[in-house]
Amino acid sequence: MNKRNLTVAISGLNNIDSPGPGIPVARGIKESKLFETRIIGLAYENLEPGAYMHELVDKSYKVPYPSDGVDSLMERIRYINNIEKIDVLIPNFDAELYAFMRSADLLKSMGIHTFLPTLKQFEERHKANLPEFGKKYDVKVPFSKPIASIAEIEDLNDDFDFPYVVKGKFYDAHIAYDKEQARMYFHKISAKWGLPIIIQEFVKGTEVNVVALGDGKGNTIGAVPMRKQYITDKGKAWGGITLDDQNMLDLTHKLIGSTHWRGGMELELIKTSKNELYLIEINPRLPAWVYLAVGAGQNLPEALVQLALGQEVQSFNTYDIGKMFIRYSYDMIRNISDFEKLSTLGEL
Amino acid sequence: MKLKKNIAISETGFIFDPTTGDSFTLNPVGIEILEMIKQSKPFVDISSVFTSKYDVDPSSFERYYYDFVATLKQMQLIEDYE
Repeated sequence: MNKRNLTVAISGLNNIDSPGPGIPVARGIKESKLFETRIIGLAYENLEPGAYMHELVDKSYKVPYPSDGVDSLMERIRYINNIEKIDVLIPNFDAELYAFMRSADLLKSMGIHTFLPTLKQFEERHKANLPEFGKKYDVKVPFSKPIASIAEIEDLNDDFDFPYVVKGKFYDAHIAYDKEQARMYFHKISAKWGLPIIIQEFVKGTEVNVVALGDGKGNTIGAVPMRKQYITDKGKAWGGITLDDQNMLDLTHKLIGSTHWRGGMELELIKTSKNELYLIEINPRLPAWVYLAVGAGQNLPEALVQLALGQEVQSFNTYDIGKMFIRYSYDMIRNISDFEKLSTLGEL
Repeated sequence: MKLKKNIAISETGFIFDPTTGDSFTLNPVGIEILEMIKQSKPFVDISSVFTSKYDVDPSSFERYYYDFVATLKQMQLIEDYE
């Protein structure tokens, strides 16, 4: 079969100890049987490893942080698009999604396709809104409350028993066993990710996850459940295994069906000893472990590209159970000239 | 008492529970007992085989057997256990 030539721009090239999903997404797309893809990396920092991984990322460009303003980000994308003629853009950071969702029409006018959650979907699954989300879609969620000042920690006694979880609005979560720890994590997380901080009931059990893709019409294109087997001090999976768990799949189908989820997602769940599933987070993008799904038979990044292009996509209905990933670190050797190009010219 | 249906047991004693992702290793005696449990053999039959094959008296075997079964239950490898 003749493969269609395609240019796909991807962010999240920070393939570090707390990795972004860019490289695994690129890897899935590069292995596509449908597309011959040129991958364009969008890097925020000079030392994002993906920018130097030329076997997966054909060319990289520095882009301004969305916090610098959507206009300057879009101006940069326009410049890159004039050179590269981007067909599909896949943002992989939670923090940049809002800017790209707001700019979806502008991107379309440049000929760039995206397949992102709607603003409503994005907003209602926010950690701060999770209790309402649970009620609306009849899903068990731990009780949680957003707080905007350190003083509010003093008033949490009525609603929470220790331990509870202190979470950032985008990333980071720590279990606090007393007020002193809660205050420390409040400062640590708010300094990095801003406010509000979310205080969440601690549910005892095993953390399990699902990577899934919704077509925006209520259909689940693919879903693979996984359990982390090795977790780093940053809470990231260093090893994981696909599970045979119909309850997790049913919950995923139910959520995608009722929200009409559009795009990639990761469900973070706690499975209790009574086999109850509590939803603790919905990440509105494919996760960094998405290549496990590819390895297990569901190339979700490829399917995401198809959806972005408006193609009809058949749902996956199987995957390999007991398929594992083991993450590793690897030192690339590159010349200073590469670093020089990216840091001075903004292109590599 | 029944083992969970989808548990995979290899000849080397490696057990994989695909629902939880947990894996365990058993020694040869453990594999033998588990195979008999899998075949739904009652305790008296298992005890009879083991006390005649190995140097163990029935009361000691019973203690070891129920310890082992309790561990299987704790690891959620058994479906119905009273």
